[in-house]
Amino acid sequence: MRNVALGAAGLAAFLALGEAVPRLGLVKEAYFPPTSRIASALGDELSDDAFWHALGDTLTGWALGLAIAVCAGVAAGVVVSVVPYLRAATASTIEFLRPIPSVALIPLAVLLYGTELRSVLLLVVYASFWQVLIQTLYGVQDVDPVAEETARSYGLGTWARVRHVLWPTALPYVMTGVRLAAAVALILAITAELVIGAPGLGQQIAVAQTSQAVPEMYALIVVAGLLGLIINVGARTVERWALAWHQSVRGEVAV
Amino acid sequence: MIARLLLKSLFVIALPVVLVVVWWAASAGSTDPFWPPLRTIVDTFPDVWTADRLRTDVVPSLLRLLAGYALAALVGVALGTVIGSYRAVRAVCEPVLEFLRAVPPPVLVPVIMLFAGIGDTMKIVVIASGCVWPVLLNTVEGVRAVDSVMLETARSYGVSGLARLRHLVLPSASPQIFAGLRQALSIGIILMVISEMFAANNGIGFTVVQFQRSFAIPDMWTGILVLGLLGFLLSVVFQLVERRVLGWYHGLRATTRRS
Repeated sequence: MRNVALGAAGLAAFLALGEAVPRLGLVKEAYFPPTSRIASALGDELSDDAFWHALGDTLTGWALGLAIAVCAGVAAGVVVSVVPYLRAATASTIEFLRPIPSVALIPLAVLLYGTELRSVLLLVVYASFWQVLIQTLYGVQDVDPVAEETARSYGLGTWARVRHVLWPTALPYVMTGVRLAAAVALILAITAELVIGAPGLGQQIAVAQTSQAVPEMYALIVVAGLLGLIINVGARTVERWALAWHQSVRGEVAV
Repeated sequence: MIARLLLKSLFVIALPVVLVVVWWAASAGSTDPFWPPLRTIVDTFPDVWTADRLRTDVVPSLLRLLAGYALAALVGVALGTVIGSYRAVRAVCEPVLEFLRAVPPPVLVPVIMLFAGIGDTMKIVVIASGCVWPVLLNTVEGVRAVDSVMLETARSYGVSGLARLRHLVLPSASPQIFAGLRQALSIGIILMVISEMFAANNGIGFTVVQFQRSFAIPDMWTGILVLGLLGFLLSVVFQLVERRVLGWYHGLRATTRRS
């Protein structure tokens, strides 16, 4: 309770600082409008259809890209771990491809797809795929050899072992991967819109910037931040829900 | 022994070789302007990435990345230590930090352009302000998780202030700090490229976009390869540094796992 009060106080102080600094002339109001003006610009945005369309576009790109990346990452991770020798054979390639910054693909995306949704998807999927794949690989590695051998001696087939031994062990790791990927996917979706000009929040920010609509720009950035916050909190909730049976989560509840 | 070593190196190089060969063969007769033959790309490479270009475009980009990253690491660790050490400070800052961390860093580019124009300062500040959050939040977590028995012991022995920070708090938080630094590195590279794509007159991101806009497609592909190589090399360097600095930690983990 005390923490909530302190947190609220911190937030209030932050907002008040945002109001006071430009009013006192410490920074130019044209560059950093006071909180109240950003808030009223935000209010205007909320009653504007274009804003909701942009938000919808951003969320579409984010959700589609994330879904593709999660499915592909989990499938590839399981296949690579289950098939003998594949892990060793792909390790160097994965280590090489993973750190390649997905923004390197921006010029290619522009040429191939222009400002279509597919440009956004290309960047989002490339960036978030690795997060999921790597965590899946870690998770599968963590399978208890005794449990695996036991399942084998009881005559469980490959599919049954994947379902009953491998999946429950890997799930906590996969959920971590999904949580990381959800944040990365939003960053890349907004980046693609900002730099390439695909429709969405990022493009609205770029438009606000070029038309010198500074309070609107800040309002949209606040929206982007809130979106990121909701996605972070949502991903953590989904993680807890999916792992409700798992020791790490049950332990926290018991204490 | 030698046979096993050979087999191991075969595993390392087999798939990359196969992939390159497939790319080479599949693109050999390509007339699609967007997918030039790999041969053309490789031939163009030395013409585009001359020593001169490395000096005027690659080095400035890297220096900006380094400056922004170092600034972020310094500020992140310093602030993170303060916030992590005091429960009240943490409670006050937490909601604000959660929000600031959730802002996708690329949207900072237009904001910081307002204040700092389009020069080097803007790019360094953009990189620093994007990289600082993972470092800061991981430092907070690491400092918070310092073993309480060790803290009590240090107190009983009268170890306090800077000595406590230097010999207890920072070392025990360093695995977490490095986890944050690793996340920050990939964000830093993204921001380096984006800030140059947005507004610049040199740098790798700027050059690649110039190639794309002038439809110099093989040149653009070489730029993509350079960015990929750069990302790979930086992560190798990071791993080397981490292995050196955190050598004691990895050793400790290996022994506890074995016992």
